[in-house]
Amino acid sequence: MITVETSCYHCGETCENTDILLDDKPFCCEGCKLVFELLNGNGLCTYYQLNGQPGAPQRSLARPDKFAFLEDEKIRQQLVQFRNDTHTHVTFYIPQIHCSSCLWLLEHLHKLDDGVQRVTVNFARKEAQVIFQQSQTSLRKVAELLTSIGYEPYISLQDLQHKKPAVNRQLIYQLGVAGFCFGNIMLLSFPEYFSGNGGMDTHLFRYLNLLLSLPVFLYSAQAFYRSAWGGLKHGFMNIDVPIVLAIIVTFTRSLIDIGTNSGAGYFDAMTGIVFFMLAGRVLQDKTYQGLSFDRDYTSYFPIAVTAIRGKKNVPVALPDIKEGETLLIHNNELVPADGILVKGSALIDYSFVTGEADPVPCLTGDLIYAGGRQLEGNIQLHTIKAVAQSYLTSLWNRQELQQDTHKQPSFIHLLGGHFTWVVLGITVLTAAWWGFHNPAKIWPSVTAILIIACPCALLLAASFTNGHILSILSRHKLYLRNAAAIERLAATDHIVFDKTGTLTDKQKAITVFNGRPLSRHERLQAAALAAQSTHPLSRMVRDFCGSNHIPVKDFEQVTGMGISGTVMKDTIRLGNAAFTDAAGIATTNGSVVYLSINGQVRGYFSIRNGYRTGIPSLILQLRKKYKLTVLSGDHARDESTLRKLMGAKATLRFLQQPQDKLDHILALQQQGQRVLMVGDGLNDAGALKQSDTGISLTEDSNNFTPASDGILAAANLPLLPHYIQLCKTSKRIILTSFIFSLAYNFTGLFFAVQGKLSPLTAAILMPASSISIILLTWSLSAMAGKKLHRKALQLTTDEDQSFACARS
Amino acid sequence: MSVIILLLGASLTVGIIFLVAFCWAVKSGQFEDDYSPAHRILFDEQANDQQP
Repeated sequence: MITVETSCYHCGETCENTDILLDDKPFCCEGCKLVFELLNGNGLCTYYQLNGQPGAPQRSLARPDKFAFLEDEKIRQQLVQFRNDTHTHVTFYIPQIHCSSCLWLLEHLHKLDDGVQRVTVNFARKEAQVIFQQSQTSLRKVAELLTSIGYEPYISLQDLQHKKPAVNRQLIYQLGVAGFCFGNIMLLSFPEYFSGNGGMDTHLFRYLNLLLSLPVFLYSAQAFYRSAWGGLKHGFMNIDVPIVLAIIVTFTRSLIDIGTNSGAGYFDAMTGIVFFMLAGRVLQDKTYQGLSFDRDYTSYFPIAVTAIRGKKNVPVALPDIKEGETLLIHNNELVPADGILVKGSALIDYSFVTGEADPVPCLTGDLIYAGGRQLEGNIQLHTIKAVAQSYLTSLWNRQELQQDTHKQPSFIHLLGGHFTWVVLGITVLTAAWWGFHNPAKIWPSVTAILIIACPCALLLAASFTNGHILSILSRHKLYLRNAAAIERLAATDHIVFDKTGTLTDKQKAITVFNGRPLSRHERLQAAALAAQSTHPLSRMVRDFCGSNHIPVKDFEQVTGMGISGTVMKDTIRLGNAAFTDAAGIATTNGSVVYLSINGQVRGYFSIRNGYRTGIPSLILQLRKKYKLTVLSGDHARDESTLRKLMGAKATLRFLQQPQDKLDHILALQQQGQRVLMVGDGLNDAGALKQSDTGISLTEDSNNFTPASDGILAAANLPLLPHYIQLCKTSKRIILTSFIFSLAYNFTGLFFAVQGKLSPLTAAILMPASSISIILLTWSLSAMAGKKLHRKALQLTTDEDQSFACARS
Repeated sequence: MSVIILLLGASLTVGIIFLVAFCWAVKSGQFEDDYSPAHRILFDEQANDQQP
């Protein structure tokens, strides 16, 4: 059967029914149509011409008073950046920004509201700075306008508590200065190199070189001084120590050479290595502006909630919520503080906090913990703790998460250390030999050795390789926090998975009907009824039975119980056991929806989360090389399936509290294992932080992930072994380049021990070795990247095939 | 020789001008968002009035 799928003109989603039309353009929902109408009416349809279907689905519309809190003076003051009598400047974080259409539309916001003066989008940060006149519009109106065109600003508690840190540009300035000085010194050294003996008078050039090298020595090289000093203070010789030694020795030697008029010095070589090393460092430290690896609970929480004070609903800033307050929690909102349910029936989704897959129904008088999400209807809550003392907040403020865990220093530092001792050994031997034969040559030979044998090639190889590997990984949607994470990921020998949301896909449910098989007629009836409710379980029943548009009469919804209605003259009830009079029928654990037709129980749907695509083959690959563990916050009902999947040797643990997960990781580490933890929720936050490498999984990069070493797009999880492989290759590339660079070092040493290292030799050797190392690491890592790319392609074609098989 | 000194002065001045320009560019944030300016320049102001 071939059906032509129509996709929404606004967002590109498949349209389930084709009756939402405007100007012959199909829309998937009223929300999308509404946005189109608004833009069309204001002559803003270029939005749709720049990119096809640029919008986001508008199925769930924000409630009208969502931004009421922006009228509160205190909150407003903390959000706006600048305000005078006429104008206000404010920056909103808008996760939805993703293409040039977004950019265009947002920067033409003044067409929709005359009060808006200018909007400037920072695409990398997904931020829009809005300047508006408060006489004509207000902060709330601007936020609501943005929401109405599908660009809802995300305003979290974090915006209230601390300002974003300023971007650190010092390294870039240092690089610029070093590049300028290096280039000019090279140029000014040419007369020296080629004038020979008794040629032109080169004194002026020498002094200029000295002058130009000062900014490099005193300013650009600061980063290395600081890191070397930091290492020495902790009694650890990192790779920056020998490099700083070489810089200082080169500078002193050159200064003395020029002062005593005995030579031109090695300023060109010195500024050259500083420049190249800084370039490597800039590349390696390139950060992902759109991502944050250090989120705490404040970025999950809304900035304000609705409190009921004297029968009136008032928006209150979250930090001002005290115990004994009554809060109104709307549908799909986060519970910000521990409280007792006083009104309404709650269905709380704790999956983010505990890893439990099923929503928990709560009755009046039950305790609801902060961090849960209310799923159906509005509820009222009587807070028993202030936000800062809530369960969720305390999870975050636990001791283990505050202290920086000690992580192994990189092998580069260890290797650099050994290298330095060898160099120092050669230096002492040379000094002794010359002391015996010709003491006048001690100084030139010793300084020359220290200059030529600095392990800058190793540092260069490491920083350029790491920088390139990081960018290759990010192209395949694994965003690592820093270069150190590459090495730790490569060293992994034990992989720990979370289950809910990591191995399983929250969006993908496996529904099974238990009982006498349903006829087609019965299926349609159940689907029609289920389609009337937005409850997640109803949605899954509908998807399972095949959606349709059969009309339902006498529809009734009893919150927390179920739904009923008349479909094709039969009374259908879907809901829990009490609602359908199905008590006594044995069921498996998990989410269950009973179906009764005309008062007769027909059976029940059992619904559980399905595993992500590609997981079985991923686990098969991983089983061969790594020890595996699954720590689940969920019930053990999936144990048999999971055991089959993970193999006999894997450790499976269920009902794990966040604390248990963390303890388990600690125990593994004490056995000397290097643990990679893959998780997604807040309940994994402790384990992610404690493990050697913590990777948090996200469905799309706009989502919020707990603090971790890396963020991985969920669809790319099956590539995990190849990521680890690439990280292992990274170490091999660094070592290969280092061995290659030793050839240069030995050539230099050959001249140096004889006290014959001329500035020209140094000036050729230094940049030549640096540039060839950079080219070597670059091409080797590009090759490794190609391999990863091939695997990724293979994976998508495999998926397409299995998808095709499943369909046919 | 004096000609060389003149040339030296000139070349260093040009170099310093470029260094200052670079620092200004970094300071004004031009290296932070490489997407929006590149696309902004392509937007056609006249296109707004057209209907699709």
